[in-house]
Amino acid sequence: MKKLINSPETVVTQALEGVAIAHPSLRVDVENKVITRAGGPRQGKVGLVSGGGSGHEPLHGGFVGYGMLDAACPGEIFTSPVPDQMLIATRAVNAGAGVLHVVKNYTGDALNFQMAAELAGDEGIEVVQVVTNDDVAVEDSLYTAGRRGTGATVFAEKIAGALAEQGADLAAVAAVAREVNERSRSFGVALSSCIVPAAGKPTFELGDLEVELGIGIHGEPGRTRAAHTAAGDLAAVALDAISADVPVSGDLLVMVNGMGGTPLIELYVMFNEVSRYLEARGGRVVRNLVGNYITSLEMQGFSVSVCRLTDELTRLWDAPVDTPALRWGR
Amino acid sequence: MDAEVFRAWIVSAAEVIEANRDHLTQLDAAIGDADHGINLARGFAAVVDALDAAKPGVPGAILTLTGNTLISKVGGASGPLYGMAFRRAGKALSDAADPDTSALSAALEAALAGVQQLGAAREGDKTMVDALAPATRAMAKAIAEGASQDDALRSLAEAAEAGALATIPMQALKGRASYLGPRSVGHEDPGAVSTALILAALRSAALAGR
Repeated sequence: MKKLINSPETVVTQALEGVAIAHPSLRVDVENKVITRAGGPRQGKVGLVSGGGSGHEPLHGGFVGYGMLDAACPGEIFTSPVPDQMLIATRAVNAGAGVLHVVKNYTGDALNFQMAAELAGDEGIEVVQVVTNDDVAVEDSLYTAGRRGTGATVFAEKIAGALAEQGADLAAVAAVAREVNERSRSFGVALSSCIVPAAGKPTFELGDLEVELGIGIHGEPGRTRAAHTAAGDLAAVALDAISADVPVSGDLLVMVNGMGGTPLIELYVMFNEVSRYLEARGGRVVRNLVGNYITSLEMQGFSVSVCRLTDELTRLWDAPVDTPALRWGR
Repeated sequence: MDAEVFRAWIVSAAEVIEANRDHLTQLDAAIGDADHGINLARGFAAVVDALDAAKPGVPGAILTLTGNTLISKVGGASGPLYGMAFRRAGKALSDAADPDTSALSAALEAALAGVQQLGAAREGDKTMVDALAPATRAMAKAIAEGASQDDALRSLAEAAEAGALATIPMQALKGRASYLGPRSVGHEDPGAVSTALILAALRSAALAGR
């Protein structure tokens, strides 16, 4: 296993120390593993907290800052954070207007955030939870743990963050986050697995001519294995799955996201294919993100997330944001 | 079984989890994200430290501290689920200094109820419940039939192990493995295996303590 680490035991801590040095706009509590804005909360503003396992950077720590999150809780690699972290974060961002927890739909995240919300409630902090579950690869049924929260989480954090920055109340901020989740769908394809540092080898093996369809963000196998084909074909697989679930016409926000190990040049090829597919079906790609936003260590592959925009959601997307990973309008 | 036996149980559980860390990780790589062994090993190591520091005087307090520490240190689904299990068991034992086999059986049933309440898993979903439920049933049945403590704990451990093996043909309906759908069939569930290891440690600690 070749990684740019010193040891599996020190990856998360040393990465957080690196983040702290690189980004003075953040306050990084390495010991407790909580990242907040250096300036602290603004009185009367709804606080936004998210979190999840490490290994998905820049999600979520890279999205802490003006116009987006107030705090992020990084857990161990691919492991949801614990209630202790979330409670510290919630207290830190409580500015008298309540706190929104943006929770990706995974059993661990759900259970830990639920515990934290109860503990925060016991301390008199109003917490509302919004769960993202945009991944169409998993069927949402009684027979699964439900659809996974993936790329739409980035959209929801930006748009809800913008509304909070404008002084909206907790109910409105939560409602817009839910709306973004409901209007978004995602699908991912992997060309490789990834190596969890403490595991020392890939979580699963893919042959030279194979891809994994319907992947998540934790290095786990997807729904099916398929033969590797051209970018256009893979884009179509992803978008066929999405458009089978929701219409993809109208104004769209589209993210072609790298899983961490795929070069930007390939992500742009994919975005080209994705745009053509959507435009051919009446979709107007009016906003986009192309790059690594919600990754899975060094997994090679991409995910595409499509959000059907409204004028209001577009306005909130365009609102100023100043975080390590997204920065515009300021 | 007094506090010393319970402490020995938890220490032994930590050792067996550490010894099986890679195995659990591999099981979790097949149908998950390859972190079960790592997370539980970290959690139980922290539990042993916490027990050394606090030295709870009664079995119930040992299990409660175990549960709380796991919640704070493990993360994922395992932290809250195992945390709840140990907390509920600890609460059931209350401040009894030397709970008997029946009291332990009731505590394990409380643990199971807590896990199912929190995680909503039923038997057959391919989770830790598939080891814990048959195990608690087997122990209760053995006690009802007049078994000795040794035999009751043997029934517990053996049923847990059999329950874990029985998860192999199941399709996962809960947790990360459920995303794989039919591809989760043919793999032993890591949570069921870790439960079986923990209950085996209970049996060996009780045997050694006599």
